[in-house]
Amino acid sequence: MAVVTEREGRSGAWREGSWKRHLRERIIKVVLMACAYLSVLTTFGIVFVLIFETVSFFREVSIFEFLTTTEWSPTQGSFGILPLVWGTVMVTIVAMTVALPLGLLAAICLSEYASERLRSWLKPALEILAGVPTIVYGYFALTLVTPFLKDTILPNLGSLNALSAGLVMGVMIIPTVASVSEDAIYAVPRSLREGAFALGATKREVATKIVVPAALSGIAAAVILGISRAVGETMIVAVAMGALAQISGPLEPLQAMTAYIVQVASGDTPRGSTLYGTIFAVGSTLFVMTLTLNIVSYWFVRRYRENY
Amino acid sequence: MEQGAREGDSRSQTDFRTRVSARHSLDHVFTALVYAATAVGLIILAVLLASVLRDGVPRIDWQFITGYPSQVLPETAGIYPALLGSLWLLGLTAVISVPLGIGAAVYLEEYATDTWFNRVVEINISNLAGVPSIIYGLLGLGIFVNLLGFITGPHSGGQSILTGALTLSLLILPVIIITTREALRAISDSVREGGYALGATRWEVIWGHLLPMALPGALTGTILALSRAIGETAPLVVVGALTYINYAPTGPLSSYTALPRQIYFWIEQAQDEYKVLAAAAIVVLMAVLLLANSVAIIIRNRYQGRT
Repeated sequence: MAVVTEREGRSGAWREGSWKRHLRERIIKVVLMACAYLSVLTTFGIVFVLIFETVSFFREVSIFEFLTTTEWSPTQGSFGILPLVWGTVMVTIVAMTVALPLGLLAAICLSEYASERLRSWLKPALEILAGVPTIVYGYFALTLVTPFLKDTILPNLGSLNALSAGLVMGVMIIPTVASVSEDAIYAVPRSLREGAFALGATKREVATKIVVPAALSGIAAAVILGISRAVGETMIVAVAMGALAQISGPLEPLQAMTAYIVQVASGDTPRGSTLYGTIFAVGSTLFVMTLTLNIVSYWFVRRYRENY
Repeated sequence: MEQGAREGDSRSQTDFRTRVSARHSLDHVFTALVYAATAVGLIILAVLLASVLRDGVPRIDWQFITGYPSQVLPETAGIYPALLGSLWLLGLTAVISVPLGIGAAVYLEEYATDTWFNRVVEINISNLAGVPSIIYGLLGLGIFVNLLGFITGPHSGGQSILTGALTLSLLILPVIIITTREALRAISDSVREGGYALGATRWEVIWGHLLPMALPGALTGTILALSRAIGETAPLVVVGALTYINYAPTGPLSSYTALPRQIYFWIEQAQDEYKVLAAAAIVVLMAVLLLANSVAIIIRNRYQGRT
């Protein structure tokens, strides 16, 4: 702003509309500023809506019951969120079992092994996995993965289960884990690699014993970000995992928190009812979980940025 | 590996050699593993696409594109209302989110000074990018649906294309802002200084030089963000896209359904005919996405050639 005012003072005859120009500059700046601050408003909006509806929900249901009891059937008056959290945790564990090794190895492949040319093909191709709409993954899990697992190794698998939802979700998260890990691996100084090579280490030894440990905080960030994606993912679990809020193994139908929200929201739920309140209470829990994960992940990223 | 070398010293020469060759064969195994792991994702992607195409393509015909969904006869059902709903959503979302996103990016990159509030805004935007889409749905339900419902009457505006588009706009804003900022940051300061030296104001430099130069990057990011919006299902379910609709939407305030919502509804049905419909609709959705992404790549390549 200061620059503009200075120039304004020196205005000559060739710039007759100078004050108009100045005014225009000011207006534009304010408009642009409003655009930027809208994001803060969005956050306030989210927090406000969640808190407002959740607080009115907790006037009817005790928060202690909500957080500690293990029975979730809102239509019968039991509001223990733990089965929903269990469903989310279960599918996340399955997903990360897939995404962590595959994503990390893919990151090592892209940064340490693939040639520049191969990399320029592989990276966008992997990114496609993250661009496929999640409803398509849900269809895939339900109509292909579950029947396949049933026919081959798990004949007792139900048609809705946490296992195939988690496996497919893991594939979806591969690019997230891979690209954040790769950034961290890329940031490891060349000198560390060359030092190890000079001591006679092989390429594998450099990758696994030098580069990965050095990039560990970035890889941790990638994994946590992946977990956050898995926790917030909705359509795969809504389609392929079922709607049975129970605490049992991954071969059974379970219900994730996100899937519950979708299930209730698809129906006609009158505003202000207790059932309407449940989706906001569950949403708040989800929001707090993903926000915590994102902040921890951000903290890890900052740590490796500071190191190198 | 240091240990291996030390052991080699104390033992005979042949011993050391076998250790080395063992290490090297392990290296080969690891190389194969690394490539295999990368390939797994791509193979699964190929299988996914192939299975959807196999299930869906035979069902696609002109009637499928221009027909209306049917509750009783899945054989004659079509996606016309859903397709139009998605296009409406896409258009409105673009109109709302692109100016806001680019405006915010320009402010943060070109105007904002390093105050604590601006830092809060920045951290806030990267945090918003990580909020699950269904939470945006709850935001839309809590604010837009109720607000528009209040303004236009309880039975009309609440669950309309406009609320859907507003919700999706907030969802993709962080992505647009982040990519546009990156594009602006990549422009050399000499462009700005050259502009100021010739007496241009800050906005004249931005409008005349920086925005045109940042356009390819910003456009690519924007198209990718919009294609994410087309594929989103969860927030639309929450803000009340309908599942069954037998008329095409007429304006921003009409009730609507969208392709992903329609697909979700069909997947949930028990009969296999509906699964086929879902597959066919997925093919159409993926075709739209592919088109959008190709356009993004073409634009980027074309402009990159010029600058």
